[in-house]
Amino acid sequence: MDTSLNNDLITRPDSMLGRVISSAKLRDAVKGIKRIKRSHRQIRTENVFKKTLVIVALSTVVLVLGIMVTLAWQSTLSIKASGLSYLWGKVWDPVQDIFGAYPFILGTLLTSFTALIISIPFSFAVGIFLGEYFPNGLASNFLKNTVELIAAVPSVIYGFWGLAVLVPIVRSFETSIGVAPVGLGIFTSSLILAIMIIPYAASLTRSMIQMVPSNLKEAAYSLGATRWEVIRSVILPYTKSGLFAGILLSLGRALGETMAVTMVIGNTSLIPKNIFSPGNTMASIIANEFTEADHPVYLSALIELGLVLFLVTVVINMLGRRIIKQFTQE
Amino acid sequence: MSVHIKYRIGKSRVFQVIIALLAFACVVPLMFILFYILKAGITKINWHFLTNLPKPVGETGGGIANALLGTVLLVLTASVIAIPVGILCGIYLSENRKSRLAYWSRLCIDILQGVPSIVIGIVAYFWLVKPLGVFSALSGSVALAIMMLPTIVSSTEETLKLLPDTLREAAFALGMPFHRVILKVIIPCGFSGILSGVMLSVARVSGETAPLLFTAFGNPYLSTNILKPMQSLPLLIFNYATSPYNDWHDLAWGASCILLIWVLLLNIFTKLVTRKWKVQL
Amino acid sequence: MKSMKGLALAIVALAISAGMTMSSCGDSGNGSKADSSANKGGDENTILGAGATFPNPLYSKMFSEYNKTTGLKVNYQSIGSGGGIQQLTAKTVDFGASDAPMNAKQDSALTAPVIHIPATAGAVVISYNLPDLKDTLKLTPDAVAKIFMGEIKKWNDKAIASINPGVKLPAMDIQVAHRSDGSGTTNIFTTYLSKVNKDWESKVGKGSSVNWPVGLGGKGNEGVAGSIKQTPGGIGYVELAYAIQSNMAFAKLQNKAGNFITPSIASVTAAANITIPADAKVSLTNTDAPDGYPISGLSWILVYKEQKYDNRSAEKVSKMLKLIQWMIHDGQQYSAALNYAPLSPAAVAVGDAQLKSVTYDGKPVLQ
Repeated sequence: MDTSLNNDLITRPDSMLGRVISSAKLRDAVKGIKRIKRSHRQIRTENVFKKTLVIVALSTVVLVLGIMVTLAWQSTLSIKASGLSYLWGKVWDPVQDIFGAYPFILGTLLTSFTALIISIPFSFAVGIFLGEYFPNGLASNFLKNTVELIAAVPSVIYGFWGLAVLVPIVRSFETSIGVAPVGLGIFTSSLILAIMIIPYAASLTRSMIQMVPSNLKEAAYSLGATRWEVIRSVILPYTKSGLFAGILLSLGRALGETMAVTMVIGNTSLIPKNIFSPGNTMASIIANEFTEADHPVYLSALIELGLVLFLVTVVINMLGRRIIKQFTQE
Repeated sequence: MSVHIKYRIGKSRVFQVIIALLAFACVVPLMFILFYILKAGITKINWHFLTNLPKPVGETGGGIANALLGTVLLVLTASVIAIPVGILCGIYLSENRKSRLAYWSRLCIDILQGVPSIVIGIVAYFWLVKPLGVFSALSGSVALAIMMLPTIVSSTEETLKLLPDTLREAAFALGMPFHRVILKVIIPCGFSGILSGVMLSVARVSGETAPLLFTAFGNPYLSTNILKPMQSLPLLIFNYATSPYNDWHDLAWGASCILLIWVLLLNIFTKLVTRKWKVQL
Repeated sequence: MKSMKGLALAIVALAISAGMTMSSCGDSGNGSKADSSANKGGDENTILGAGATFPNPLYSKMFSEYNKTTGLKVNYQSIGSGGGIQQLTAKTVDFGASDAPMNAKQDSALTAPVIHIPATAGAVVISYNLPDLKDTLKLTPDAVAKIFMGEIKKWNDKAIASINPGVKLPAMDIQVAHRSDGSGTTNIFTTYLSKVNKDWESKVGKGSSVNWPVGLGGKGNEGVAGSIKQTPGGIGYVELAYAIQSNMAFAKLQNKAGNFITPSIASVTAAANITIPADAKVSLTNTDAPDGYPISGLSWILVYKEQKYDNRSAEKVSKMLKLIQWMIHDGQQYSAALNYAPLSPAAVAVGDAQLKSVTYDGKPVLQ
């Protein structure tokens, strides 16, 4: 519409001078209006776009709050029924409606920390190797990519492999040391978890070590320190908090791991007697019993476990991230 | 050279060897797993396996067509939900670094990153399965989408943050409106970083089982209706791996092999993308 | 410039629209693929069921055969009897399946009455893994209870040896395996043990999931069977069909009459030869029949008595009821091959009566 009017004004044949001037004025005016209209439209679009961004950002907050509220809401029944004693109740008996989370909390802690103890030397070694000894080159590239692939393998595949390969190995190991040769149990799941969490601490260690200022290292070398002494007395102390954060992130990952653990832990609600006994973690008991909880309190008790698991992993992850942020800002 | 110095140098060498050995020991289990799964699975895979449905117990043969199609649809739907939201959120975070909302949003993304997958499954059950009264692929996809979000958001944010401000300022100076600057200048420049984030998140959720246990539920038939239960590869592996039937174990090995190859390919492809465009993640 | 209009919104809209397209595509795709007799689309032609793992091999066979003749797709997920009941209560499935009749606590969570239709009968066998043992192990109810309470710890315990004279038992530890999920199989087994052993009744009790004094948990019959198979010295209880199909050894059990009975279709049928009450909720455990296997049980299909809820169509309801009717009549022919006991005529009659009592909007569906 605007354009047709515009053309009309320009091409009018019998225009006198005055009219030409006025038409030029008019043209400018129309252009101005057009520009204003266009910029109005642009501003509108821009505002819509900006609002969309805000809404989306807001939605992530709503999402997390929603998750928390849902978990808390659905577990009220159980919280009312057993209160805080839920956390250290030693018996999980759905028939009598007695729900104590202690066996699962213990199972979770045992598997996660055993896994951590096994995996930490390896992941630190990878981090030091890639960060300090060989930051470049074929071998380190290969190592870096392979370790990253460890995180890529789906956990159900780890579980299946564990069931088929690791369980018989652990069983013969258990026979040789004289424990009940079950094969399934906390030790087996810790082994699998240990493999699964290597990349988390490793990649963090590597990037932390690479951030150590070279003048510090060079100063130590110039004083005659050997490579190992530099690592031990300069690099490791400097990256201390970062390494701790790496451990925390690995731990967070180990605590929440579900499928691989469920498949090899043995699934019993008894309190594990030792590292080789079967048990259950918080995540695995939910995976086992969630669809099967046949009355409201039972279901609610399982969701409360989910809530506890959620809170614990959130705290650990936040702590880890906070430390990393502080470290990188320094 | 004094003995002491020799000892110190020797010690340094020994530790270097130990570190190298420990580091490369990590590769062994992965290689072992890859080799084992490929060996056990590759022989099971053939055209019949890919295009047929699982058979009831006691009948040999059968395939995993339902799980293959289901996984593709589940992940596709999850991507359709998560990618736009994730990228937009990433843009917001990189454009409004200091705002209060950005702080909370970033915090929430960090929290989401750490939420155990099983918990997300529970939540999806209460949000979508129970109110709608039916197990559905959609509920599974929503759970997967929630798991994809943190990776996409943070890769987008990190990529866009790295772009030089001059780029943005030049575009603004030419009179481009904000949304055009973002969509036509900033996003194309950071495309490879965002793409690799998306691919990583797809790889991550392709193998997720726990959130699907009580959402997508499983289905022995081919189903393309996302409002109905659907089978997926990880679910099938979990169910068949824990069964005592050798026929079903075979199906599970074949399925594991396919899932593994798919996930590894995605990861390797991401690596190539990041290397080609020198993306930092 | 005009093309830019609402681009930002378009991105968001993409998510929704693509989702919608996919779901609508899904519908049409399903419709065209479905059997020609039913062009109604996927929804009407798919029945969703969940529950007991005990009859899963039989059901999956039945549903596969029924699909060949009618095109009806039945999606049955064996998540455990407790799960079947819970999901039926939450109305997320069309029918539930359970090896345990619903108890008072479960009934109280229901919003509408549910009926039980007996669909098959089976036995829970005591399966064990003793690689070097040639003979079949014999067990008494008392020994079974003590093993599962952890009071008998070794295979060469006197209590076991005295029942099995002349059998060389290894000095291995007993590794008990049990179900980790809510299960009707567990219910049958613990109901039986509560009937035959006072200690068990007071200490452990009966139910779909109990607090086990000892042992490893496995998910589903599959999980327990897998666990026994993998653990030398293992013992556990699994459904007869699972034990036979996965070539596991199982014990002869002494029944009420004092005879050692091998679990088989014949001995389960003998145990099931009793009068069935009108609501079909009956336990077959510890049967009086002299040649009956004592740990036998019915397995039920559970449906709401009034089927008009949640926008269910009359057509779907009638398809589902016809399916169940087919299962308790023609479907029974597949029982024997899979080691399930066919229903007795009395049980079929009760099932028929129950099915005919199902209504849609107050009117009976089947004539």
